[in-house]
Parts: sequence; structure tokens; C-alpha cells
Amino acid sequence: MSAFRLFATRAFCGVPVKSVRPSVNLVTNDEQLCLQSRFTAVTRLFSSRPHNSKVPQVATWEPVPQDQLPTPPQISADLVDKLERLALVDFRTKQGLACLEKAIQFADQLHVVDTSGVEPMDSVLEDRTLYLRDDTVTEGDCAEELLRLSKNTVEEYFVAPPGKKKTEYISFETKVLIIMTVHYSDDE
Amino acid sequence: MVVSCVAASELLYRMNKQIIILYPKNLCIIRRISTTSSQWHVQPQPRARSAPHHLVGVVGLEIHAQVNSNTKLFSSSPVCFSAPPNSLVSFFDASLPGTLPVLNRRCVEAAVMTGLALNCTINRKSLFDRKHYFYADLPAGYQITQQRQPIAVDGMMTYSRLEGKKGSQVIRRNVRIKQIQLEQDSGKSLHDDVHSQTLIDLNRAGVGLMELVMEPDMSCGEEAAAAVRELQLILQALGTCQGNMSEGQLRVDANVSVHRPGEPLGIRTEVKNINSVRYLARAIDYEIQRQIDVLQRGGTVQNETRAYDSKSGETIPMRDKEGLQDYRFMPEPNLPPLIVYEDNASLPTGIDACQAVVVQKIREGLPELPSVKRDRLVQTYGILPEHSFTLVNEDGLVEFFEAVLKATKKEPRKVIGWVTNELLGHLKQKDMSVAESPISPLALAELLELQETGHISSSVAKQVFQEMWRSSDKSPLHIIQEQDLGLVSDATQLHKICQKVVDLHPDEVNAIRSGNKKVLNKLMGLVQKETKGRADPLLVRAILQEKTS
Repeated sequence: MSAFRLFATRAFCGVPVKSVRPSVNLVTNDEQLCLQSRFTAVTRLFSSRPHNSKVPQVATWEPVPQDQLPTPPQISADLVDKLERLALVDFRTKQGLACLEKAIQFADQLHVVDTSGVEPMDSVLEDRTLYLRDDTVTEGDCAEELLRLSKNTVEEYFVAPPGKKKTEYISFETKVLIIMTVHYSDDE
Repeated sequence: MVVSCVAASELLYRMNKQIIILYPKNLCIIRRISTTSSQWHVQPQPRARSAPHHLVGVVGLEIHAQVNSNTKLFSSSPVCFSAPPNSLVSFFDASLPGTLPVLNRRCVEAAVMTGLALNCTINRKSLFDRKHYFYADLPAGYQITQQRQPIAVDGMMTYSRLEGKKGSQVIRRNVRIKQIQLEQDSGKSLHDDVHSQTLIDLNRAGVGLMELVMEPDMSCGEEAAAAVRELQLILQALGTCQGNMSEGQLRVDANVSVHRPGEPLGIRTEVKNINSVRYLARAIDYEIQRQIDVLQRGGTVQNETRAYDSKSGETIPMRDKEGLQDYRFMPEPNLPPLIVYEDNASLPTGIDACQAVVVQKIREGLPELPSVKRDRLVQTYGILPEHSFTLVNEDGLVEFFEAVLKATKKEPRKVIGWVTNELLGHLKQKDMSVAESPISPLALAELLELQETGHISSSVAKQVFQEMWRSSDKSPLHIIQEQDLGLVSDATQLHKICQKVVDLHPDEVNAIRSGNKKVLNKLMGLVQKETKGRADPLLVRAILQEKTS
């Protein structure tokens, strides 16, 4: 999903595909840092051996040749319908569809990675013990505080639009704008 | 794309036209076939007409049982039924950014215990997943559930149905339990149509649920109701769920289809909005009949969700979520797999035994299950199976019955009627629970003891029972003395009364003398009427026999 968001942002700005690179690099670096610090913590806890990470110190980037990618998919009208409903975004425009196609192509690069013999994992913490808590009340009773966050309340209830009404979609441009704002404020 | 869209809609339009053109033809063909068949096979026609009667219902259930716990599944906020709106909500329940789920051990133990009671295999490792849907009372936009690997699988529950005219025939049936999964409950929405808004109460959001999936092994509403009732009793015996359907602690959705036995299952509908066991049976039977009617008329059953309307007794189609739901299941990244251990020996080093969920320990703590309890009652006390059902069905009634037995020498088979008819009848009439009974087991035992030792007759005992119900502070003996209800066993007094009855009914006396001994009972009844049921029946019989011989 984050790849799609990144891509959508760039595509909207009219930047060609290849220059997505720096921003992806940036993310990879972040993740690496994060992973490294976790692994270091683990080693410190359980052994005194010096840590030897398989994760490279510096990110590397190689563009995947077009011919190695699967053929670009045909996007059916049904699929557009479904995606609009799930994302609550109205993107049935030429530009929106082109963007989606490019996003799929971008993500398709993952198919090139050889994962044979590698067991999929849900998270890097999946071999850790899940902490189980006692059944004792320590939270709740903060209705006032929570209701203050809501734009609209009635007595002690949150107010939402009526459920029966058809959900309003926001336009593709608005969504991209939102994503851009989030993304760029993250960068800085 | 725009071009292809236009082309597609053009195509659709043409198809529609074709369907319209084809449709009458289809009708014609059908009619023609049916006329020929009736012309050629005059005899088999009634059989053909009755064939759809062989359609039978197939029922599977999805049951959501609220875990009976102090706090929610992933947060430490309290669980309570009718609290002020949004007063039981933590930051996590409101899904504020940065909050994380912390699993409640009690909920895991409850699910394991329920799994064991239903003969399930407990998965040593189970996983949590996110199920996405967009609804105002689900603030996170997803529910944490166990889609890929639930905590318990492949179980079996035995339940019994009482059949026959008096419900005296016990028929045992099995239903397979596909799985039990832990998941979060959603909040509640109140729709305000006047102001066209939805009010949201998140008190229920995040409460732990056990979703139990029962395979389609049932065939009618009665069976499904019996299965749910048995599950309810099991959950209540375990204490893992309070099982009150009207408060939503137990919610049942039924998957209903019809087919001819031996053929593949038909298209099913899902019936929701059922909030009592009685309505469950009615809703399912209505739905089975509706589907049979649809098929008999030559229609097809739609795969849809229907709601039960308890007022009209009908199921009505619910506006479905467009039939195109995509829950976008994904692994819950904030929760590592849940591991449970078979016994203390299998605990890895470094893990605290109090912190871990140990299956063996839970198995040892399993209480007596309802079916075992019923069998024990029948065997120990020699009561009828249907009485064992009545006893176990009512919370606290078994304990009451056993307490009475301890304090009286009266036979269990004679006590059972007092408990299941007199006591339960009075309780039901006043809509009271056994715990609220104004008559204690000891007081009832005292009353029965007085009857057993011949101090009072059985009709007087019932009279005293009524009085005890009204004024619970009075002992049976006190009431008997106060109202002079003691048995009349003064021979001279009884002789006088009997003589009077004999004198007034010469026809009956003649009948007895000419051999019809049954008429004696009528005279006995008349004597009891005179004495307001206080005469010693054995003495009266002896006197009357003497006088009519």
C-alpha cells in the first residue's frame, strides 16, 4: 500500500517512473534502521556475541528491466467499482486509471524476487511470546475526554452520518492531495 | 477505457433486450413440457407433485458468545451491559492513533475451556487477523479476529430433543463444531431517523467474543433451538459466557437451505436478528418453508441475508452489503501468534506458568457438563429423563432438588413432582428465578416430611405449600396448627362423618355391595370433602369398607 501511495504522489506530480527511486530508498533506510535497532536489542538480551546482521548497512537499488515484469493487467469496470467502494475514492478518470495501472506495474517488481524456500512471516516479532494480561480493569471512564475529540456529539454519544445513506466518495485529486500532505509532512 | 465502458453498457443493454425477448419463450417451453408430461403419464403425476415435499431443511449456525470477563479482549476497560454510553471506552477501543492491543488471558482461557467442553482440538498456535469493513461503530475500520488459524477446531456437541406426545422420548443428536475463534465485538449504532443521524456507543466495542461455527447438521428449527439451548447450558456451566440472548450475550445467525436428501446442498440464506431460542425455531422453520415454496413455484432461492421479524413471524430480505463484500483479511501485525501449552512440562524455560495458558490445567478444572449431570440425576435418583431436562434447564434447580432430598426421607421420585410442578410452576408464573424462591429447600423438605409421616394429606400439603409461598416466614408446622389442617384420625369423629355419607348415598352403597368396588372411591371423596381433605385416607377406607360390606 505504501508503494502505491508513494507512486501515486509522484505520478500526480508528473515525475517519471524512474525517479521514484530516492523516495523508496529513503523508506528502505528507515526500515533498516528500525530493524537494526530491534535486532541489536534482541542480541543484547540473549547473548554476548557480537551482532552479525544479514541486513546490508546501505540500501542498494537496481531497476528491474521491463521485460522481466508480468504483462500489465487489464482493469475491468467491475474492479474499478470495487476499488472505488473500498477506498471511498472516485477515480474513474483516464488519469486515475493510468495511475492505477502504473502502480500495479510498480508493485509487480516484487514478483522478480526469488522467495522459493522462504517461509512467509507476518512480522519480525512472530517468534516472541505474546504477552497476556490479567483480567483487571484499569482503563475506561474517560467519555468526556473522548467525546471532546468528536466534531459532533449528542448527550454522551458520538454522532455519525446515517448508515443508510450512500457513502460519499472523495475525488481522486482530493485523495492524492491528502496523501501528498501526509507524505511530505512525514519527510520533513 | 471510456470507449470500452460505453461498449460494455451497450452490450448489457442488448443482453437485457434479448432476455426480455427470450423470457416469454422460456415460459412457453416450460408450459409445453408440463402439458405433455401430464398427458403421457397420468398416473405418476401426483407423485411428481408430491416430489417437492421430499425437500428437507439443512441448518448450520454461527453463534457469537460474549466472553464472561471483567475487561475487554484487547483493552483493560470494563465489560458491563447497561452502562451510560461511552463510559466503558479506552483509547484503544476508540482506536486513537498509537494505541496497541494487549490480549486478555481470561478470554483465551475461556475459549480454550469452551473448546475442550465441545470436544475440540485446541490449536497450540493460533493467529490473529484483521477483517476490514467500513462502519461507524467499528472505529478502527477493521475487526481483529482469527480467520486463518482459530484457537479451537473440529469439535462435536451432543444435544437431545424430547419427542413423543408427552416429550417422554429422548433423542440424542450430534452437531459438529467447525471452529471457535476469538474476536472483537463492535460498538452499537442507534439510528435517529428524525434528525437523520446515527448515534454511536462504543461501550461494547472490543468486548471479547467467541464465534462458534456449527456445521449444517441440523434439519429444522426445533433441532437448532435444542442445540443452542444445550450450548447455552454448557457455556453457563463453564461460566465462559452468561448466555443471555435478550442482552445479546449470545447471538445466533442461522444458515438455512433446502435440498432432497442425497443431493448437494441448496443455495443458502443467512437469517439474522434472532434474539431468543423460541424465535430461532420459528425463524428457521419459516425460512425452510419459504424456500420450499419458492422452489415449488419453480423459482430459485437467492443467496442473501434475511432478518427475522418477530412480530410478523416472517423473514425479510435485509439490504445486503451489495453482495460484493471484500474483507481484505490480513495478518494482525501488532500481535504475535498466540501459543498455548499442553502441560506444565511443555512450558519453555523462562516462561512463567501463571502467565501462560496451560490446556491440562483448564481440562482439570472443567465442571460437570449438563449432559453428564442429567445422566447422573436419572441414575442416582431414578427420575425420568424428561425430569432431568427440566431440572438442568433451570439455573439452580438441581441444587434445590438435591438439598430437599438431603433433608427428607421421601423418595426422589415423589419429590421431583413437587419441585418441577409446584415450585417451578409458581416460579414461572411470577417470572422468578430459583434463587428468588420464597420457599427454601429445607422448608419444602419439612412439608414433605409431614406428609410422609402421615400428619397431613397430600391435598392439604398443597394447601400448605400455597400458604408458605404467600408468607415465607411461617414454617409448615406453624401453618398446619394455625389453620387446623392436621389430619383427622379421631375414629369416632370419622365414623360419624362416614355414616352420614353412607346414609345419604344408598345407590352408591348398593353398587358397592353388588360388587362394583370402584364406587368406594366416590364415597371417600365425599368424606374428604366433608373434612376439607384432612381425613386420614387409610382410616376412612377401612371404615367405609366396614360400613358397605
